[in-house]
Amino acid sequence: MKKSTLLDLLLLVIRRDLVLAMRRRADVLTTLIFFVMVVSLFPLGVGPEMDMLRKMAPGVLWVAALLSSMLSLGRLFSADYLDGTLEQMMLAPHSLSMLVLGKMVAHWAVSGLPLVLMAPVLGLQFDMSAQALGVLIVGLLLGTPILSMIGAIGAALTLGLRGGGVLLSLLVLPLCIPVLIFGAGAVDAVTSGLSVVSHLSLLGALMMVALVFTPWVTAQALRISME
Amino acid sequence: MLEVSNLACSRGDHRLFSGLSFTLHPGQIMQVQGANGSGKTSLLRTLCGFLMPDEGTVSWCGGDIREQDDEYHAAMLYLGHSNAIKDELSALENLRISTGLSGGELNEKDAVAALRRMGLRGRERLPCKALSQGQRRRVALARLLVSDARLWILDEPLTALDVGAVAMIEEMIAEHLARQGAVIFTTHQPMQVAGTEMRSLSLS
Repeated sequence: MKKSTLLDLLLLVIRRDLVLAMRRRADVLTTLIFFVMVVSLFPLGVGPEMDMLRKMAPGVLWVAALLSSMLSLGRLFSADYLDGTLEQMMLAPHSLSMLVLGKMVAHWAVSGLPLVLMAPVLGLQFDMSAQALGVLIVGLLLGTPILSMIGAIGAALTLGLRGGGVLLSLLVLPLCIPVLIFGAGAVDAVTSGLSVVSHLSLLGALMMVALVFTPWVTAQALRISME
Repeated sequence: MLEVSNLACSRGDHRLFSGLSFTLHPGQIMQVQGANGSGKTSLLRTLCGFLMPDEGTVSWCGGDIREQDDEYHAAMLYLGHSNAIKDELSALENLRISTGLSGGELNEKDAVAALRRMGLRGRERLPCKALSQGQRRRVALARLLVSDARLWILDEPLTALDVGAVAMIEEMIAEHLARQGAVIFTTHQPMQVAGTEMRSLSLS
């Protein structure tokens, strides 16, 4: 039997989670449909005043992205926890952080990436300019992975708890506020003719920090939850 | 090989066992006995490193398992109450993924051969949700055939298995012991492994 490297393991986990997501498509679609619905209801509720819609577009899109990413977090580890796969993952002869990183990447590809791709279409409903849409996409590309990564910590901490869903939102949403501020701020900046570099660099920096620390923290939280 | 000294474990305020010491050498098999709730699973989970013992140490080849967890995890295989089988994946995919997670790489031919030996011929590519409880257990147990782990920690390996499958597991364990492997397990069913003396550990 050939020994696998750390990278093999990372790819194995990502591939496994993507295959599982493809065979449970309803779960994936729930997130996306929720996002589309919430964003589409705003223009209907607020009325067709273009100025107002343009102004609130970034905030609405970002809040909706934040909330819909919460929806799928509960499932990040719970299925593996219930059927015992998580125990086997903890017994892998490699660092658990790497496995967790793999799960985060897969989670983002399944629940974050579709939002990024759908956002420009929804932005059109709010009459956003092409430039603003571009910044929105870049912001979401940098921001949604952070949501998945921070969310994973909360998901690991609330694993196996009854009513964990509410607790999860209470834990995770406050931590996601900086992402919301800089993400929506970047779009505001470009529409008012300011530079977006500072907002986007801060988002990028947040993503780097999250990439380094969250897999490790999540792995520790999982160890605590398994006791 | 596996050395347990003065181990104590509790769940909540309830002390399950204390002062537990034993050594498991290559080629030895040990059955953990005890009534429901006497701490068999907790003991096995402590041996895996999931639970932190209240007192005492578990060592592997001379070092604490917590200080050399990569080497230890590469040398052991744990099968718990739950099968770690995904309903959406086929038996073949499940086996290859679980082997992958334990750090090996299994080609399709070997995986199919292992599943066939477990009596799952013709069902290798069915999604596991179409399998019965006993067949799922067989898929989980197929890992024993393809693993090169030296220590097997099996928690109730015989649940849901029929007589034929139990005989096969006994045979697999005997082969493993002949290869100088070690086994520690719990079961409520009678089990005979040919050619070795079964040590037993009673928790009360």
